[in-house]
Amino acid sequence: MAESIALTEAVYFILLTLTKPLHGYGIMQLTEQLSAGRVRLAAGTLYGALNTLCDKCWIRELPVQAGSRKKEYVITDAGREVLQNELTRLKQLVTAGEEMLK
Amino acid sequence: MKRRTIRKWFWVWEFDQEEKWFNDMAKRGWVLDSVGFAKYTFVQSEPGEYTVRLEMLAHTPASAEGQDYIDFIEETGAEYIGNVMQWAYFRKKREAGEFDLFSDTDSRIRHMERIIKTLEIIALSNLLIGMANMRFAGLGLINIACAALLGYACMKIRQKKDALTKERALHE
Repeated sequence: MAESIALTEAVYFILLTLTKPLHGYGIMQLTEQLSAGRVRLAAGTLYGALNTLCDKCWIRELPVQAGSRKKEYVITDAGREVLQNELTRLKQLVTAGEEMLK
Repeated sequence: MKRRTIRKWFWVWEFDQEEKWFNDMAKRGWVLDSVGFAKYTFVQSEPGEYTVRLEMLAHTPASAEGQDYIDFIEETGAEYIGNVMQWAYFRKKREAGEFDLFSDTDSRIRHMERIIKTLEIIALSNLLIGMANMRFAGLGLINIACAALLGYACMKIRQKKDALTKERALHE
């Protein structure tokens, strides 16, 4: 079923950054970069969000490579669909806003 | 390296003040280095070299889940200082970037709910033990006093939580 509820900024960026496999610190850095420094994910908040997203099967944990403790995550097909729906919703918001504020 | 140990008491609802105290100390060139029960040891550092954060973990630091969390935080450039029961203390060099454990209202609220839940369980067990011990006069009263104090702590933290919840209604 398509999710129609708005995503939080944190979830939106986490899903975006995980279109390629990344570990926690990488997600934090890329989010900061993509949002031009506006959105900062704190480590504890990110940890909780990653667990929730794994439980929802929007992302999954990749097998840990030998000799590394760092866990990597990647988006799932379900996650991609959520992201696509959110993008449609956001575009609609922007269009409505631009039209009314002309 | 110069060290100093300070004995200081913070009530459980004063975790914000506790954290602020560490960061004031860090600004003055003393960074938290180890923790004990109402006992804090600082080492000399450059003024403002570190940011210090604390958190009540969802699991004990010794458990696999607790260790997994600590590893995750350390991967982001922070250092685990130690713990007192389920409270964990972390520090990070400022040059390594900003350091916060929580970046949105939801996770701050969840943290407070975690603290309240833990305190409620301890309060309830104190109350039950207290009632069972009532026939030994004074003994039971100590437990009941503990339960009352913990109940008060829950109320104080719940007030903070409610203030945050109101804020969230405006900013999703």
